[in-house]
Amino acid sequence: MTTLVIAEHDNATLKGSTLNTITAAVQVGGDVHVLVAGSNAAAVAAAAAATAGVAKVLHADSPALAEGLAENVAAQVLAIASAYSHIFFPATASGKNVAPRVAAKLDVGQLSDISKVISADTFERPIYAGNAIATVQCSQAVKVATVRTTGFDPATATGGSAAVESIAAVADSGKSAFVGKEIAKLDRPELTAAKIIVSGGRAMGSSEKFNEVLTPLADKLGAALGASRAAVDAGYAPNDWQVGQTGKIVAPQLYVACGISGAIQHLAGMKDSKVIVAINKDEEAPIFSVADYGLVADLFVAVPELIKAL
Amino acid sequence: MKVLVPVKRVVDYNVKVRVKSDGTGVDIANVKMSMNPFDEIAVEEAVRLKEKGVVTEIIAVSCGVTQCQETLRTAMAIGADRAILVETDVELQPLAVAKLLKALVDKEQPGLVILGKQAIDDDCNQTGQMLAALCDLPQATFASKMELTADSVTVSREVDGGSETLKLTLPAIVTTDLRLNEPRYVTLPNIMKAKKKPLEIVKPDALGVDVTPRIKTLKVSEPPKRGAGVKVPDVATLVAKLKTEAKVI
Repeated sequence: MTTLVIAEHDNATLKGSTLNTITAAVQVGGDVHVLVAGSNAAAVAAAAAATAGVAKVLHADSPALAEGLAENVAAQVLAIASAYSHIFFPATASGKNVAPRVAAKLDVGQLSDISKVISADTFERPIYAGNAIATVQCSQAVKVATVRTTGFDPATATGGSAAVESIAAVADSGKSAFVGKEIAKLDRPELTAAKIIVSGGRAMGSSEKFNEVLTPLADKLGAALGASRAAVDAGYAPNDWQVGQTGKIVAPQLYVACGISGAIQHLAGMKDSKVIVAINKDEEAPIFSVADYGLVADLFVAVPELIKAL
Repeated sequence: MKVLVPVKRVVDYNVKVRVKSDGTGVDIANVKMSMNPFDEIAVEEAVRLKEKGVVTEIIAVSCGVTQCQETLRTAMAIGADRAILVETDVELQPLAVAKLLKALVDKEQPGLVILGKQAIDDDCNQTGQMLAALCDLPQATFASKMELTADSVTVSREVDGGSETLKLTLPAIVTTDLRLNEPRYVTLPNIMKAKKKPLEIVKPDALGVDVTPRIKTLKVSEPPKRGAGVKVPDVATLVAKLKTEAKVI
């Protein structure tokens, strides 16, 4: 029994979500191999090899794999899939993009967003935006799954000494082409990796106020910035800041919800945070039902006060 | 160009589902059912492409129980031209749906298939990608913008950290994210018109697809409850608690 973990990376660094996925793979039992499919991604392969718990790293390098196109990455996974009992992807935008393609080609069902490994063939996963937890069993020859990163602690990034084996890269499918990307430059931690998140809701009122009030707090705490769907839909914050079932799933040490009412779909994205602070004018807001510390106050007064007090 | 738009009948997004006490699933008896919101965005996008003149025909498809006809009528009220129901009482998992859709893609030969990125009941986020794999077609998931020409589609996708743009050769598969568009309200005259549009019913057998579920649900349970904490009177108390009690700052 061997599990293949598909590494998430940007060709330069191994993303943290890979480490959580490796932990899930270790819990399955058996060996853990990591596939690094990229372009000039030797540093990523080296980082994967240094991760505790990894027995072998397979490294496929080609310009066709540079941008993680689903068609090419899926083909790369399929080229080596027959050697594995489990194939795990982080449940990130890129993992979710590729995993079903691999499963369909192998003619097996796929498990999405597993949050707990019960045994080698039985897992837990949230359904209905986290309002129910399904225990599912997959008795197919290969178990293809995406792993909810907040369900598993990250594997230790050091201490491993796995061998890196170069494997032949697949050819470009020729059916899709990468045109460009706009990735916001982050001078603060990434949302899914942050220890502290400061998040704003519809009560922020405008994108100017969102920045004016919450950015100094995030700076002071060294926190990432997040937002509710209502705030994103209203244009107060960029799309990729959205925390919730249809956005990012986060579980930081501290989550500070400012002016967020706490819709079910938002709670589904952050209720696994260690400590939740809610600041809201409306004392009936559902966010208070999950908050460890609730402050009923006008955030435009309380947040500046909080910044001063820190 | 023909566009195929699969739609799923799901528990309405405003309904808070309850887990059945025997742990066999969630209680959906007498609960309001609606079109999966992401699918509604897919139908809307197809209709806008038709209004722009690049698309000539929109075929809505649903796989599932007889009542999915209502979902298909809604799709036709938004603007789909005709509908196909693949009727079955079997619990359909994404791979089975993808196989049924592949059979219809082979038959109808659409230039584009637009699907919702995920259904809000099982939260799988698989069907579009699986369909693309089975048809050997290129895919662009989580679309926030799309531009269609006669032989290609350029799609902006929501990815972690921002967005990226891909250009796919047609035929292709696109799945929609939340902010691709805002679906229109269906008007009464359009609901009336939709009743007269053709709706064909086929069985999975007729499409040669085995829809047996691959993954077994052993039980469904309530998520662990997170208890409410305390209300603090002021900012100073909050900071003190965070420092000394929670020790997170």
